[in-house]
Amino acid sequence: MIAWIDTLIQGVLLGGFFALSGLGLSLSFGIMHIVNIAHGDFLVVAAYLCLVICGLFGLNPLLAIIIVIPLMFLFGYALQKTILNKGVDGGELSPLLITFGLSIILHNLLQEFFSADAKSLDVGAFEVASLNIGPLHIGWLPITILVTTLVVYYILHQIMESTKFGMIVRATVDDPEITSLMGVDTKKINCLGMGLSMTIVGIAGTLFGIKSSFFPLAGGLQLLFAFEAVIIGGMGSIWGTLLGGMSLGIAQTIGYRIGSGWGEFAGHLVFFLFLLLKPSGLLSKETQHA
Amino acid sequence: MLLEIKELKAGYGEIQALFGVELSLEEGSTLALIGANGAGKSSLLRCITGLIRPTGGQILYNKKNIAAYRPYDISAMGIAMVPEGRRLFPSLTVEENLIMGQCNKREQEWTLERVYDLFPPLKGFRKRMGTELSGGQQQMVAVGRALMSNPRLLLCDELSLGLAPVVIKDIYRTLETVTKTGLSLIIVEQDINQAIAASNSFLCIREGEIVLSGTRENADRNLIAKAYFGN
Repeated sequence: MIAWIDTLIQGVLLGGFFALSGLGLSLSFGIMHIVNIAHGDFLVVAAYLCLVICGLFGLNPLLAIIIVIPLMFLFGYALQKTILNKGVDGGELSPLLITFGLSIILHNLLQEFFSADAKSLDVGAFEVASLNIGPLHIGWLPITILVTTLVVYYILHQIMESTKFGMIVRATVDDPEITSLMGVDTKKINCLGMGLSMTIVGIAGTLFGIKSSFFPLAGGLQLLFAFEAVIIGGMGSIWGTLLGGMSLGIAQTIGYRIGSGWGEFAGHLVFFLFLLLKPSGLLSKETQHA
Repeated sequence: MLLEIKELKAGYGEIQALFGVELSLEEGSTLALIGANGAGKSSLLRCITGLIRPTGGQILYNKKNIAAYRPYDISAMGIAMVPEGRRLFPSLTVEENLIMGQCNKREQEWTLERVYDLFPPLKGFRKRMGTELSGGQQQMVAVGRALMSNPRLLLCDELSLGLAPVVIKDIYRTLETVTKTGLSLIIVEQDINQAIAASNSFLCIREGEIVLSGTRENADRNLIAKAYFGN
């Protein structure tokens, strides 16, 4: 019994990371209608960025996030303004192809600058420290990731529901044409949206680099997990992505409990079942806003 | 002259919708644009608001050619539209829909309170989602939202679409009140009588061309029917 409770807790903790990494993808789809194929690679870029900042300033990676966040925001804003906004004009397939191309470019650039060797972000003893509750041992790092995820979701919810910017974003998602008639430059909103998405990718990427080793091609699997979290939760639904991430995390840990080779497979199986039985996901955009 | 359109040509890809349209509108006056489905009425409004980039001609607003301007710049210059089918933002409450009208940051003449005074039923629904309201109430929100952008020129596309006659009458009565403040209006309607009754002048458009123009006083039903249907 205790073992299963432990599995469930570990699943929720793992799901916290999937929910965070999926949130950036969910935002770029929900606001800009861009299926960002390079999402996983941007996560890896954020991890490398943090690595460079830590190397330059001798900072702890958890502290370096403070520098990673604005840099990733600016990167997202510039990416949308210079490349993706032009792609959006060319139909839905264009951004998909553009981000696919970006993914290949990033693979090569990262290999050129950092080699193919695996790297990791060192947070010292904190990485293995755990909270012991009776027979349960819960790592402080996964707890930190889960708490960070919940805080990010809460802040994003507040931005979307309680600020004028959030109201304009929701209007842009609903009807960009009419929003532009209200005096809003919707392309600028897309830039800010991508900046916001990359901010979250920056946080998720840094945490990814702390919790596991990374290398230039590590983004592919992260894209798949993020994509599964978004699909299970319902495309375009922010809270759905949280539930999707949790579902994926729990499925994977149950899989690992059954057998070491079953973890990721169990996650993919849940994803496949959702595609088959409820392709709209847990909370589709039609039933849930923001 | 507030608005002067010269030789306007526009279309969607290779399909041309407007063939050299000419139009002029004095400040404070109301113009009815009538025509059958697909005649080019909405395309003309979309050109004026910047949603379609014209392929030729000029749109002079306040003597400035705005043909190549973006919709948000045109909104900031004082042109607002009540779109066909209302198109309220489904994720936004009634009040948020109205506040969206202020995004163009024009000097404030219209406030929430003024819109609620104009459409009293909306005040009670301010926290409801816009799309939960009845068709008539949604149209009030759409008109209120456009007014909140403090326009000098208001374009109304098919206001009466899908609404009960009594509601249409109410909305047109309200517009009449609003135009007394000096607001200029272009009304696009398929209901000829309603449109002409609410306007100083009218234009009939068929297959992307202006085929008849006149004033409310000299409107000849037979001529209009001929121009409208092309017989």
